[in-house]
Amino acid sequence: MIHFESVTKTYPNQSRPALESVNLDVEKGEFVFLVGPSGSGKSTFLRLILREERPTDGRIYVAGRDLARLTNWKVPQLRRRIGCVFQDFRLLPGKNVYQNIAFALEVIGKPRRFIRKVVPEVIDLVGLEGKGDRMPDELSGGEQQRVAMARAFVNRPMILLADEPTGNIDPATSIGIMKVLDRINRTGTTVVMATHDAAIVDSMRKRVIELEYGKVVRDQSRGVYGQAY
Amino acid sequence: MRAQFVFGEVWIGLRRNLTMTVALIVVVAISLSLLGTGLLFVKQVNHTRALWQSKVQLSIYLCDNNPLSPQCTKSGPATAAQTTQIASTLRKLPQVVEVTHQTQAANLAQFRKEFAYDPVFIDSVQPGDIPASFQVKLKNAQTDAGPVTAAITGMPGVDSVGNDSSILTNFYKLLDGARNAVIVVAIILIIAAILLVANTIRLSAFNRRRETAIMRLVGASNFYVQLPFLVEGMIAGLFGWLVAVGLLAGAKAGLDGLQNYFPFHAQLTFGDLVEVVLVTMAIGLLLCGTTSFLTLRRYLRV
Repeated sequence: MIHFESVTKTYPNQSRPALESVNLDVEKGEFVFLVGPSGSGKSTFLRLILREERPTDGRIYVAGRDLARLTNWKVPQLRRRIGCVFQDFRLLPGKNVYQNIAFALEVIGKPRRFIRKVVPEVIDLVGLEGKGDRMPDELSGGEQQRVAMARAFVNRPMILLADEPTGNIDPATSIGIMKVLDRINRTGTTVVMATHDAAIVDSMRKRVIELEYGKVVRDQSRGVYGQAY
Repeated sequence: MRAQFVFGEVWIGLRRNLTMTVALIVVVAISLSLLGTGLLFVKQVNHTRALWQSKVQLSIYLCDNNPLSPQCTKSGPATAAQTTQIASTLRKLPQVVEVTHQTQAANLAQFRKEFAYDPVFIDSVQPGDIPASFQVKLKNAQTDAGPVTAAITGMPGVDSVGNDSSILTNFYKLLDGARNAVIVVAIILIIAAILLVANTIRLSAFNRRRETAIMRLVGASNFYVQLPFLVEGMIAGLFGWLVAVGLLAGAKAGLDGLQNYFPFHAQLTFGDLVEVVLVTMAIGLLLCGTTSFLTLRRYLRV
């Protein structure tokens, strides 16, 4: 599903690469934790998958596409197959829960009938039954993150990228978020989650990829966060 | 394609930076109406020029008892033979369309008719003050006057040659100058309008950065992301144009009113107005659309 072939990314005006000759494979339906200290290259890794950045060197394949060969106007098609969740939720404050989720479908031109059918389904899936008409500022952090996950998942992407989704949420609520991610993963969606949350990584026992200074230093199936932290 | 969605976004965009939208509409309106006025002016000048040019004649005055030129003072009034000679010479010239002989009495009568409103002026001119003349109509009033004048000046019996278009030349210069001034101001304002469109779109893009960030993230096509902004710019341009149409109708009324001060009426037709209005619309939409598009390419990168 995601295939990195000696990928190096150096940002302009920086001597040290953010990622250095990274080789890795993520299979379809896998759940992967991406761990490592700040600046270790986790975000760069996610941005490369989304083709928000292009690698300085090496090849990246996502959902069977060679990103180097993807023309600019085909990038949106790639992104329709990838859902994204962030630490800061990124909901639109002027729209309610339903509208926030529907927005993701409206802007890719889905018919209204389809939207009316799938949005309530996904609201139920993330556990926000009956809260479709709430505004984001009426929701708790955990609930807002559920909305963000619903928006990321509503178009049934093949890959879900989560960049520290529990970073702004207390541990008890985080468990609920992880349950939703797990539920999404069970539908066959590949999940890649960058995190600092050792408790979550340890409890899930999923594959763990650790980055340090832009290099993969550990790749364990059923791993833990690591002793050093 | 979801038109309802796009127009909903456009409405939000226009409402959010209302002050910029209003400023944009005003500047587009003024620059388009000034440009349109310039175009109307061009048409008015062309109409007037065509009308007057068709009436321009050369007047060849014959020697009489109180001539201007030393030649006539020596030879005395033109004889019948000289008059016939002049007429036949004129008729042989290729640039000449029509030659009319006007006797002293006929010229006096015409003079009295044209200045009927000024009795004092009429009284100051006695019979015999105005000489007999040949009125010569030319094929091309502008280019043919020179050669014909050169051919006829100095012939026995010819006192002086008067050319109507030499009076008009200065007037044309005035009209052309006014027209150029209007167009220069219009161009400066159009530059201001372009900058304002760019700024409005940039502000709008900044206001809606959250929305556009999410649109890009969920894979909305560039077209979908940019269309609301593009339509926004175009709609502002369209409203500006509508205001400009009103101002242009006013400008046409003004130009028509101006006609009353001139002896020959050369009013613009309704068709002229429609043409100018359509040209300004095309320019307005093109200007707003292109500027929005170019601004977006800079501020909404994939």
